[in-house]
Parts: sequence; structure tokens; C-alpha cells
Amino acid sequence: METDQLIRSLAADNAHRGHPVGFVLALALLAAAPVSVAMFFVGLGVRPDVMTAMRNPFFDLKFLVTLALAISAIAVSLHLSRPEASLRGWAWLLLIPAGLLVAGVAGEMMMPQRLPMMTRAVGGNSRVCLTAIPLMSLPLLAAALIGLRHGAPTRPAVAGAIAGLLSAGLAATLYASHCTDDSPLFVATWYTMATALVTAVGALAGSRVLRF
Amino acid sequence: MRERDEEWTGLMRSAISGDSAAYHRLLKAVVPVLRAAARRGLARAGQPVDQSEDIVQDILLAVHLKRHTWDVNAPFAPWLFAIARNKLIDSLRRRGRRVFVNIDDFAETIPGEPAAETASASEVAAQLQSLPARQRDVLQAIAIDSASIKDTAAKFAMSEGAVRVALHRGLASLTAKLREQ
Repeated sequence: METDQLIRSLAADNAHRGHPVGFVLALALLAAAPVSVAMFFVGLGVRPDVMTAMRNPFFDLKFLVTLALAISAIAVSLHLSRPEASLRGWAWLLLIPAGLLVAGVAGEMMMPQRLPMMTRAVGGNSRVCLTAIPLMSLPLLAAALIGLRHGAPTRPAVAGAIAGLLSAGLAATLYASHCTDDSPLFVATWYTMATALVTAVGALAGSRVLRF
Repeated sequence: MRERDEEWTGLMRSAISGDSAAYHRLLKAVVPVLRAAARRGLARAGQPVDQSEDIVQDILLAVHLKRHTWDVNAPFAPWLFAIARNKLIDSLRRRGRRVFVNIDDFAETIPGEPAAETASASEVAAQLQSLPARQRDVLQAIAIDSASIKDTAAKFAMSEGAVRVALHRGLASLTAKLREQ
């Protein structure tokens, strides 16, 4: 086919235009969220002492960290869905949840504690944490990849990794309401490990499905 | 160069707001630049430059299907060159060579080729044959016989809406097939 002929057919299709990536990403995440929420209520459930726990600032900090991760990853992934975008000037957004966590760890260090540091870091839920966060993030990761596929990310592995961060942030938000380990040291150790795992899966999947 | 970029951005803005003629002009205007860069990329990878038109058509399809990712407040050229660079690397890799393409390959290209020349490529044409009959017929009528949407609708006894849908699906599946090959 001649290039002029192809151009003619493209111009004839000008009326058809795709939805914005943000719209498709939002739809996909909204469709996947009930699956993760169902997994949460079937397998884990909210901790019984949640009303008392809410008065503990370190319990609340967990949500601050995980939501900050999810929101900043959504912003970065939408940015990266444009072909000419680079991480420069945007990567610092991902430091916000890390900064909050570091502040939490420092804050806890300054307070008198009943339990030694190692006990707080190891906690009692590490295995559940390492399983539940990745499992609950899978539907969300799939949704995020579907949303980003609608865009034009020129660095598919990086975009996939950010999709991993995004879904891990959302899944960890659910998990945080179940887990009785509230020490920022526990969060910094196990949540981070679970998130790293999901990020690696996201990068691997992204490098396959996000090419266009 | 700056004038050229501003002209492209203006044309793309008109295209997005529904001006198909502006879109047609824009695509015709970018082809010589894309073609020169594709030739240069192929030459550098030690591959026959006569395949450049396949790459150009591949880029045009990607530009078309991903144009909703262009921000109307941003200049058009960097977006175009990012898509083009991505497609060029991809097709050189598919042809069995790992190469790196400099973004400046596009930015610095001066369209030295006669712009009126139109070239033919085989990959899109080959994939066209594997499309569902309806999509292929509609695409062929519009692209090759330069029929309008209206004429095509009359010819195949379809509604204009159905022609538009078939045309878009045809272009989307062409692109998907090119990527998978």
C-alpha cells in the first residue's frame, strides 16, 4: 500500500479518538477494586480492635504511607503514559511515601517503647503481609496495566514497575486495616518487601504488555 | 525548524477539534521527515534502506491510534519524534539487530527528499489481506479507491456509522498484526 493511501484512510478515521488514559485507568481500577476488596474480606477482614487502633497515630500513619504511595504512583504512571515523558522531575513524587515512613520510624525511635526494636520490626504478621499484599494487588496490577496499555509508554518496564507500585499501594491500604503490627519499623520492612515484589512483577509484565 | 514545529502543532490542534483536512495535511507534512530518519536508522543498522516505507507506515499507524496521548497544550514535534523513535527501534530490533536511535536523528532531519514522492510498502498491504472481509473491503475502498465514507456506505449497503466502525477496527487490527509479526 502506498503511504498516501494509508494517510487517506487515517484522515477518514479522524472522527474516532480514544478516551484519555486517566479515564480508562480509573475505569479499570474501579472494576478491579471489588475483586481485591472481596479477597480482603474473605481472607483477612478488618482487625477487631479497629476503633481503639484508630487512636494510635502509628496505625493511621500506615494509611498515610500506603495511600501516598498509591496516589503518587498514579500521578507518575499517567505522566509516563505519554511517549515523550521521562521520569525526570517526577520521580521525587515517589519519595513522599518513603519520607513519611522514615519520619514515622524516627518518631517512634524518640518515644519510650515497651518492646525492643527487633521485636517491633519482626512483628507477628510478616508472612501474612508478604502473601496478602502481593495477592490482593494482582487484580489491581492487571487493571493498571490495561489502563496504561491505552497510553503510549515508551519505557514499558518502567511504566510496568510504577503500575506495580500503584497496585501494591492500594492493596497495602486494605491490608493495613487488618494487620495488628503498627510499628513503622514493621511497615518499613515487610510492606516494603511486598511492594518490591509486586513492582518486580509489574516491571516484567510491563515489558511484555506495554509495548505498542 | 521552529516555524515548522508551530505549524505542526497548529495542524494537530485543528485535527483534534475535528478538521480532517488539517489532519491529512499534517500527516503528509511529517512523512518526509519520518522517511529520512527511518532511512538513516536502517543504514546505520546495516540494513537495506528500501524497507524504510514499512517503518514510516508503522509510525503513522501508531501516531493515529495514540494521538489521544498528545497534550494539546504541548508542542507536537517532541511527541511525534518519541513515537517515531520507539517504532524505529522496535522495527530494527524485530529485524534482528539491537540498535540505539538518537532522538536528534529526528529533530535534526531536514526533509531533503522531494515531498511529492509517495512510496509503497509491503507489510501493511500484506496484513491487510488477513483482516476480516468487511474491514478489508472498507479500508481498501477508502485508502486505495479514495472513496468517501458516504460512497463506501452506499457501495457495501452499510450505514455510515458501520463504515466508520469497520474503518477504525481495521486500522487497529492492522496495527496489532504488525506488532505481533
